[in-house]
Amino acid sequence: MSSPDSGVPAVRCLGVVRDFGDGESRLRVLHGIDVDVKLGEMTLLVGPSGCGKTTLISIICGLLDPTEGDIELFGTSRRLLSGRALVEFRGRNIGFVFQQYNLLPALTAAENAAVPLIIAGKPRGKAIEAAREMLDLVGLSDRSHHRPAQLSGGQQQRVAIARALVHKPRILVCDEPTAALDAHSGLVVMELLRTVAVQADRSVLIVSHDQRVVGYGDRIITMSDGRVERVERGVGAQREVRSLEAVGSGRVGS
Amino acid sequence: MNWIAWKMLTGDRAKYLGTIFGVAFGCLLISQQSAVFVSILRRTASQIVDVADADLWVIDPQTLSIDDLWALGDNTVLAVRGVEGVEWAVPFYKGMVTARQPSGHFRQAILLGLDDSSLVGAPRTMLMGKLADLRRPDAVILDKAGYRYLFPDEPMELWRTLEINDRRAVIVGICEASPPFQSLPILYTRFSLARDYAPKQRRELPVVLAKASPGVSTPELASRIETRTGLATLHRREFAWKTIQFYLRSTGIPINFGITIALGFIVGTAIAGQTFYLFTIENLKQFGNLKAMGTTNSRLLGMVLLQAAIVGGLGFGFGIGAAALEVFGLTAVSMAVIVFLASIMSAWRVLVLEPAEVFR
Repeated sequence: MSSPDSGVPAVRCLGVVRDFGDGESRLRVLHGIDVDVKLGEMTLLVGPSGCGKTTLISIICGLLDPTEGDIELFGTSRRLLSGRALVEFRGRNIGFVFQQYNLLPALTAAENAAVPLIIAGKPRGKAIEAAREMLDLVGLSDRSHHRPAQLSGGQQQRVAIARALVHKPRILVCDEPTAALDAHSGLVVMELLRTVAVQADRSVLIVSHDQRVVGYGDRIITMSDGRVERVERGVGAQREVRSLEAVGSGRVGS
Repeated sequence: MNWIAWKMLTGDRAKYLGTIFGVAFGCLLISQQSAVFVSILRRTASQIVDVADADLWVIDPQTLSIDDLWALGDNTVLAVRGVEGVEWAVPFYKGMVTARQPSGHFRQAILLGLDDSSLVGAPRTMLMGKLADLRRPDAVILDKAGYRYLFPDEPMELWRTLEINDRRAVIVGICEASPPFQSLPILYTRFSLARDYAPKQRRELPVVLAKASPGVSTPELASRIETRTGLATLHRREFAWKTIQFYLRSTGIPINFGITIALGFIVGTAIAGQTFYLFTIENLKQFGNLKAMGTTNSRLLGMVLLQAAIVGGLGFGFGIGAAALEVFGLTAVSMAVIVFLASIMSAWRVLVLEPAEVFR
């Protein structure tokens, strides 16, 4: 089920099927998914636990292979990418924000945010400098020398957002970015993603079953039992645009 | 990425030090047991190694070790001296005797008989007395460890007497000597006197020591002596190795120590492997994270191997520092194998890791 809306698709899912297990224990998790994720939009992928959201984004990101069907990433078939090429494509074009932040505990906030650039081969000093600028953007310039254990959950997630954006990926994938946060921190993170991450040349794809985030999406894809149930227009673009300073410092409205 | 690997490794100091301790402990076990093993084997050949003056040992072909010498004919010294290229050849006695202490106790001792005129094979370090006094009547020189064995808790002094095979022996000197395999006292005396001290046998010449003339190679001279006399002629290193091989073949030393060293290896591998494996497992999510963000398998493998190399290097350093330096090579190889085995499981877990795990 594709959206009838206009817009350039960054990701096209074409009849994506995914099975787990073999023989009698084979379990079909995704049943022919056809859906687009468009540039310049924040797309929310919602649905109950076990409906296949995480499996779908894993396939979109190239972390899992589809059993059947294909994914087109910026017009290129996913099947043409494999091995090292796929890993490098992922490193260049996709940023990740995880539910549990997944920061390296031994690194400072700035060092953590610099990791994608270091993976890409940028010299460490320049990478950390760029990471500091990104931390400034998410309102954590005064926490750049802190380790994850010295930061709150909301601050850690903001570091994770800085890390996900530092190498300017064309797709940002967020897996339950607010699930481990309290209500206020969750809203700060969503405001931040709305303000900082959404750009004309980038797609933001957020997996969530948190009803509070629905109001931030431009499009909402609802999944159920391994199928796309519906695709709706969201009201995210109509939200009041807040200043970066206000969002970064955590001063958001209720 | 190496910098990130280093940071990951040292981020938790307790785990980092624990992993190094595991490797160091395994290293210590292996090196310590290997050192004992090597030391015991060296002792079997210590009386050969101590005779530095002679190039060649002429022995009966059936001789298996320094402790299993077959006597030669009395004219063998003359026969060897007659071979072209021999600068000198002298008799050398080695046997076991029973020494009676003044207290009346009997003790076994190793008796070495040196050529009467040249004293070839004499101890190199005299602690008390003079080597020349060995030419006095009934003179013997006793090694320091032997003195303490025969006269426990008594001050070292010369001119004390012993009875060897009912003959009087006067201690005219105390020397340093490499410890023998049996940990028995070593008595040096003249060859002629050694024959009197030793129990009577039909033949009483177990060894002829020979030196090659300048310009004559020892292998060439050994070949000539063997051809002329029909006797085995070995360089002292060859004879020492023959003796060591005899003990390796004929005793339970290699099995017993081999088991202990193997246990050290297994325990070391278990400790080092487990600690390093657990370290990797605890960081699996972080590796998955890096993998999802575009780190290739080869770079992840490099990171794990770098961490293993750092832990292995430091652990080896600490372990070897606490153990015998003489088995450095063996321990280094063992530690390299341990670290390899310990890291390969960790590396395997990282390589087969599904990056999609990061969402779980």
